[in-house]
Amino acid sequence: MGRLLEVNNLQTQFFTQDGVVQAVNDISFYLDEGETLGIVGESGSGKSVGVMSLIRLIPIPPGKIVGGEVIFDGQNLVKMTDNEIRSVRGNRIGMIFQDPMTSLNPVLTIGRQIMEALELHMGMDKTQSRKRTVELLEKVGISGAADQVDRYPHQFSGGMRQRVMIAMGLSCNPQLLIADEPTTALDVTIQAQIVELVQKLQEDLGMAVIWITHDLGVVAGIADRIIVMYAGQTMEEAPVRELFAKSRHPYTHGLIASLPRLDQRSGKLESIEGLPPDLVDLPKGCPFYARCKYRIPKCDKQRPKLDEISPGHYVACHIDINKDSITTEHPWEEDKE
Amino acid sequence: MFKFIVRRILGFIPVILSVAAITFFASKAIPGGPFDFAGDRSLPEEVVKNLEAKYHLDWPGWKQFTSYMIGDELTIFRTKHEIDDVNVFIEGDKAIVNGNVMLLDNKTLCKESGYIVYGGFTIFDLDTEACGTSQGVIRGDLGPSFRYRARTVNDIINETLPLSAQLGLWSILVGLIIGIPAGIVAALHQNTIWDYLATFVAVMGVSIPSMVLGPVLIVIFANNLGWFPVAQWGAKPPYFENMFLTPGFDWINYFSHAILPVLTLGTGISAVFARLTRASMLQIIREDFIRTARAKGLHEQVVIWRHALRNSLIPVVTILGPLAASLVTGTLIVEQIFGLNGLGKHFVQSISNRDYALVLGTTLLFAVLLVISNLFVDIMYAWLDPRIRLE
Repeated sequence: MGRLLEVNNLQTQFFTQDGVVQAVNDISFYLDEGETLGIVGESGSGKSVGVMSLIRLIPIPPGKIVGGEVIFDGQNLVKMTDNEIRSVRGNRIGMIFQDPMTSLNPVLTIGRQIMEALELHMGMDKTQSRKRTVELLEKVGISGAADQVDRYPHQFSGGMRQRVMIAMGLSCNPQLLIADEPTTALDVTIQAQIVELVQKLQEDLGMAVIWITHDLGVVAGIADRIIVMYAGQTMEEAPVRELFAKSRHPYTHGLIASLPRLDQRSGKLESIEGLPPDLVDLPKGCPFYARCKYRIPKCDKQRPKLDEISPGHYVACHIDINKDSITTEHPWEEDKE
Repeated sequence: MFKFIVRRILGFIPVILSVAAITFFASKAIPGGPFDFAGDRSLPEEVVKNLEAKYHLDWPGWKQFTSYMIGDELTIFRTKHEIDDVNVFIEGDKAIVNGNVMLLDNKTLCKESGYIVYGGFTIFDLDTEACGTSQGVIRGDLGPSFRYRARTVNDIINETLPLSAQLGLWSILVGLIIGIPAGIVAALHQNTIWDYLATFVAVMGVSIPSMVLGPVLIVIFANNLGWFPVAQWGAKPPYFENMFLTPGFDWINYFSHAILPVLTLGTGISAVFARLTRASMLQIIREDFIRTARAKGLHEQVVIWRHALRNSLIPVVTILGPLAASLVTGTLIVEQIFGLNGLGKHFVQSISNRDYALVLGTTLLFAVLLVISNLFVDIMYAWLDPRIRLE
């Protein structure tokens, strides 16, 4: 499989009245064709801004990509002209957003909203694009699609709207689909359906997927690799099995520990104490320092680099929690008493 | 949709009736009367009495109101007249005198003889009872003016409304053409020089009253530059309805008269539209669906035109209704400054003149236009936003 996307040292900042918000702070990752990459992090960790920056969808101003490059299929998206990037968006890179309730234009029919991308990128006329729109809607599991194309978003349920969004994101057969928390606003049964749908479509169409979520549980089943982001930086990156089995970063540990588990009787869920740092005023050292159980003085002074500790497994941490401290299944368990 | 419109129109009836009743009794509650003065002098008491009798001001209030609304004939029919032991009912063009039906041409009789003669006796003096008085609002007769005695309220409205309506509608058009694009430009270039410029001009437009802007425009463009005439715009046919169809209509001449008053009035309106459009556009372009549209790779112009504009026009449409009603019925200040014989002055003067019929006539006209334009606004809403259903 060829390399589809390579992101090197991407930095996105927002220039606000309160100061410069360092939303994405030097992240690098890659994606192969047909691969699924999960990006996990809590709210404000820069995961959405990071992928938005790939196709330059961040509002400029106040946002700005201040450094790095995004090599997609051999071309640097950061250096492209506005017209060039527009021919990539929606065409070779499709996108699905978090809230299907607000992400569709309420005053246009869903058909119109899907057709306009087809007409723009694939040069179809009204009849062709309409025919393809019906096919796409059927493909994403909207029954009676021919009758549904002329309906408005408010006439659909949340899950159905997300299917419409997916049809829209896939309309021009993209090489890459970016799914920005597509299941967050949906209830659990619908979440599972949407995850399955995207997986099935990915198999059919052979596209690569970047799946952003704050829920490790969602990406555990679908991603090939997972990147854990915190305060705009990559904390850990590993193949999915390795991440769950041998996570090295205290933050990743915390995330895994805070997943609800069926094999534990205790009713209370683990949580990571404290709040993420202010992105305007990032600490000099490790951004997770203030919340870290394993911190050592060095962590406050020097920001850890992302090191490859085993093939494909990268960690940005000064210590090895499996060696340097009491090894417990979950590092916070000792505090519970 | 059709059902909705019919129901709304039926709903107008109680509204208009209430407006009429409240205005009628409120205007009567103001001390003084229409015949207190003729010029500077006060009239002798007998003359006032006669005049009041002629206009039925000696009737009790409820009867005056009923007569105003449904016409004298029906009112009199309901309130049986007994004159010299003769019972008279007037119903339409028939008079029923002691059970015998007489056909009468009301107007002819009014003008030529002024009374009904029956059996050699004058039994029904039309001059005081039925002549020169109202056919009733329900038949479109707004009654005689008490101040302009040669004219009815209908005459006055017919003379002055076309000019006021032209001024008002052109001004709204100017407001839309300047205001909406200015608002869009300001919103899309928020916090840049374009935004500040548009906002500054809009604040100026709102803040400079027309009694300042009007004379300034007159001094510059009429007196100094001599480009446009002033105080000569008359409401001559062709009016709006056939203006566009009239071959050889002298547009240049027409607009040379119209441009200054229209700009004076339109500046403030475009400023209002610009501010509204800017505010709602700023809100809409931050919506998720605009991001979706951009993620599709649409050109920015398509994003704004197709995805943002329709959503952001709703506040503009909301104020368009009441604004249209008030502008079409005339604007006192601009009409006075440019010496236009518009309806605006009658709204104000009729009250100080105690010209009850004209007060009511202008108020009812405004009320009717207001409810119609609000209906229009609701239909526009449904067209702009499919989530709004007219059921």
